[in-house]
Amino acid sequence: MEDLNLPPIDYAALSPILILFGVACLGVLVEAFAPRRARHPVQLVLAIGGSVAALVMVVLERNTRVVTIGDAVAIDGPSLFLQGAILLLGIVSLLLIGERSLEAGGPFVAQAALTVGSEKDNRQAQGAPGNTEIYPLAVFALSGMLLFVAANDLLTMFIALEVLSLPLYLLCALARRKRLLSQEAALKYFLLGSYASAFFLFGVALLYGYAGGVNLQQINEAVAASQNSDILLYAGLALLAIGLLFKVAAAPFHVWTPDVYQGAPTPVTAFMAACTKVAGFGALLRVLYVAFEGVQWDYQPVIGTIAVLTMIVGSVLAVTQQDIKRLLAYSSIANAGYLLVGVVAQNREGVSSTLFYLVAYGFTVLAAFGVVSLVRDADGEATHLSRWAGLGRRSPLLAAIFTFLMLAFAGIPLTSGFISKFVVFGAAIDGGQSWLVVAGVVTSMIIAFPYLRVIVMMWLSEPAETTPTVSVPGWMTSAAVFIGVLATLALGVVPSPLLDLTNDASLFVR
Amino acid sequence: MAGVNNFPFLSILTLGPLVGAAVVACIPKAKGNLAKIVALAVSLVMLVLSVFMWVAFQVGGDAQRFQFRESYPWIPGLGVNFTFAADGIALVMLMLIAVLVPLVILASWHDAEQSRRSVPVYFALLLSLEACMFGVFAAADVFLFYVFFEVMLVPMYFIIGSYGTAKRQYAAVKFFLYSLVGGLFMLAAVIGLWVVGGKTFDWVALTQIDIQTGTERWLFLGFFIAFAIKAPFFPFHTWLPDAGGAAPAGAAALLVGVLDKVGTFGILRYCLPLFPEASQWFAPWAIALALIGIIYAALLAVGQNDLKRLVSYTSIAHFGFIGIGIFAFTTQAGTGAVLYMLNHGLATGLLFLVVGMFVARRGSALVSDFGGAGKLVPVLAGVLFFAGLASLALPGTAPFVSEFLVLIGVFTVNKTVAVIATLGIILAAAYVLWMVQRTTQGTLNPALADIEPMRKDITLREKVVVAPLIALLIVLGFYPKPVTDVINPAVEATMQQDMGKQDPAPTGGGVTEASR
Repeated sequence: MEDLNLPPIDYAALSPILILFGVACLGVLVEAFAPRRARHPVQLVLAIGGSVAALVMVVLERNTRVVTIGDAVAIDGPSLFLQGAILLLGIVSLLLIGERSLEAGGPFVAQAALTVGSEKDNRQAQGAPGNTEIYPLAVFALSGMLLFVAANDLLTMFIALEVLSLPLYLLCALARRKRLLSQEAALKYFLLGSYASAFFLFGVALLYGYAGGVNLQQINEAVAASQNSDILLYAGLALLAIGLLFKVAAAPFHVWTPDVYQGAPTPVTAFMAACTKVAGFGALLRVLYVAFEGVQWDYQPVIGTIAVLTMIVGSVLAVTQQDIKRLLAYSSIANAGYLLVGVVAQNREGVSSTLFYLVAYGFTVLAAFGVVSLVRDADGEATHLSRWAGLGRRSPLLAAIFTFLMLAFAGIPLTSGFISKFVVFGAAIDGGQSWLVVAGVVTSMIIAFPYLRVIVMMWLSEPAETTPTVSVPGWMTSAAVFIGVLATLALGVVPSPLLDLTNDASLFVR
Repeated sequence: MAGVNNFPFLSILTLGPLVGAAVVACIPKAKGNLAKIVALAVSLVMLVLSVFMWVAFQVGGDAQRFQFRESYPWIPGLGVNFTFAADGIALVMLMLIAVLVPLVILASWHDAEQSRRSVPVYFALLLSLEACMFGVFAAADVFLFYVFFEVMLVPMYFIIGSYGTAKRQYAAVKFFLYSLVGGLFMLAAVIGLWVVGGKTFDWVALTQIDIQTGTERWLFLGFFIAFAIKAPFFPFHTWLPDAGGAAPAGAAALLVGVLDKVGTFGILRYCLPLFPEASQWFAPWAIALALIGIIYAALLAVGQNDLKRLVSYTSIAHFGFIGIGIFAFTTQAGTGAVLYMLNHGLATGLLFLVVGMFVARRGSALVSDFGGAGKLVPVLAGVLFFAGLASLALPGTAPFVSEFLVLIGVFTVNKTVAVIATLGIILAAAYVLWMVQRTTQGTLNPALADIEPMRKDITLREKVVVAPLIALLIVLGFYPKPVTDVINPAVEATMQQDMGKQDPAPTGGGVTEASR
């Protein structure tokens, strides 16, 4: 019998992923063995500490450019940058998830099946510590994302996709308020997500048939030289793309987004809007730029069309929204469209501008959802837009912050939103895709209206009798919102450091 | 002079009001008076600084076109710099801002209190608006210009939306959306220009590049739409009467007097030099829009019953004159257009401020609510009459010089356009005189006499506001040479170096002759 040769493994390069997987497993053990009272602080420290440790490892490994563990994982500029971004955004999201001072019992239900008004439910409402499984779940999702953006073959990518998706489905169902909405959202997300995963897997199968392997380099070589039918290639690419475009909420695969964003607990929504988007686009970039570079002229018009469609759907439907969370959901769809413009540019600027956009948008959206979680009345968060009327009179600071964030979404200069739109559109014009820029500009005009409507509501409308109160945020929410706003401002005023960083990080290893 | 010329006038003018705004915003709500005094002091310091800058600006033989140039790196990766520089055109506009803002602050002394909102915030917004206005005219980097162009919207939006009259929400949103739409078209063109120009935003470098004709026309269009909305030209004008009608009078004076000039200034500074061929290709269309604006807006102004909307419409007509002056491509018409920008700022600014004084007394801006007001407030009515006459360009007031320059400048290249535009003067007489007649002349409206504040004639504060403007309008009406000397070289450089246009022979060098 032949000796079994283990492939060389670069443990240092993989350490961020390994650390997070380890922390997530440890979190499960804590859940089993730590006393109930101690669980929340222990889990919180563990999750944030693990993420920080992983982030440190990413920074230490910043110059690594290697394909390791049997060509299954590529640690290169884009993966390290994206891992760092996911971890940073993840830490801020964990701060939002960990907030318990806004309402007694926290925003998460202990068990999704718990009946409202039952004894156990009432106990939590009076302040008993709620569910703490959310921490290992969130960390599992984070570790899946880290692997997702670094996966160098399609099967590893599929596994990472599942590792990041399954905890998210669960997290969506855990809202303590408006429980049915939350569970409906989770089910919808789960069913549609499973379809998307199936599409992805089917695409992998077809591509295997075409290229004789699932490694991205193998596919790249096969695209250049294979004798097999091109139908396998195009059908495989199409199915694969559907799976990925579903995750980033591009039209026409976006229909789950508003419902899930609205139904999920707000900290989880923030987590998804920031981190999942980064992970999804990271994987999309790698697949398109590394594996399918040879057919870029064939898929460019298709992805371009999807980008236009996504921008139009997101911006036009945002105009009609009455709920702030749904509005932000459609805004996130429109932003996925702008990100796709950068992806389609097919040049180095395309990669670096997309990376910049992801980070800038992630921080802004985290802060926005952080603010949303603060506007509350007796029934929990008051998300209907009419309830926000006159908020500027009651709490000028909060309204000013949210106004700033809205202006950033609208792309007004001196915010990160402007610089990110600028670099993405610049890359697209450079790549000869001016039509996408025109579409981007027109949809930016349309979507400015809903953002402006929120500002008008807060400042120019008279407060209603029922204007909700703004809760005094605990230090964790304050920190998350502060970090988000600071990043939005800093990346708008002094974007140079991050621009240089994304520029250096924009080359994939092959 | 070299020492003075190196003084960073432009960055201090831009930063100063911003710092002032931050200070004023921090003053507690209860101390409204302190906020007003600080704001006034900051704007006066800026005025003094601008006067020094005016004196330091070199005119004549070997003077440089752009002076006070400063440049600091901002985003090296994108080729963006904080580059400031002023030519004669920009200098005149900076001066106009520096003169108008203190007067507006003084005129708006009691405006903010009526709206139940924070007084310090109102004055902080005014100061940050001043900073943005200085910045937009002083920028010599296309990116920087764009940033100021867009950010300028935010303070104005809140001034109209929070401190305006009844329809303020609608007006504020309309103002913001129209400007943002234009700005986004410009953004696309700015990015396009950046890519075509080899990733630089430096104005001087960008004027040197050769652009393909097709691309150049698209880029021109992107810039032009933004400026045409801003100016505004027909048919992009519908936001101005709403915004001007709803804004507090002082802010409206700044809106029409300065903010809208960004549009015409932008055409002169960016459209013409950067896209000379496209400018010529589009010129007939631009002139047509301007002519329609002159006649159409004047007709609408005649029919207005709201004083502030009326003044807004007269402005649209005046912007038509500026438009034909620019697109005639002669030094004479161009100089006239720039002078018109200054004089219109002074005359319409005065008109808006005086109208604001009437509105503050009557509590209504409707012409029909007045009638015979001159019997109650004779001096104020006199000021209104003077402002009206200046606005219709009566000889002896400054606007006459500019209107005349524009018309003869246009006449040398296109007689038909000049003749049609002259019709606008007749209509101007109609809307101004009829407005003055219906508000201040005739029998006294009995309802007016019962209103206590209407019996109070012009106060000392109001005298201080209107006196400098009246003086400037008269002085520049008789002796515009100091200003034309500053403007003329810059316009000549724009038309001849950048555009490659030679002035028609019969009027060569006729600027000073015509103004005498």
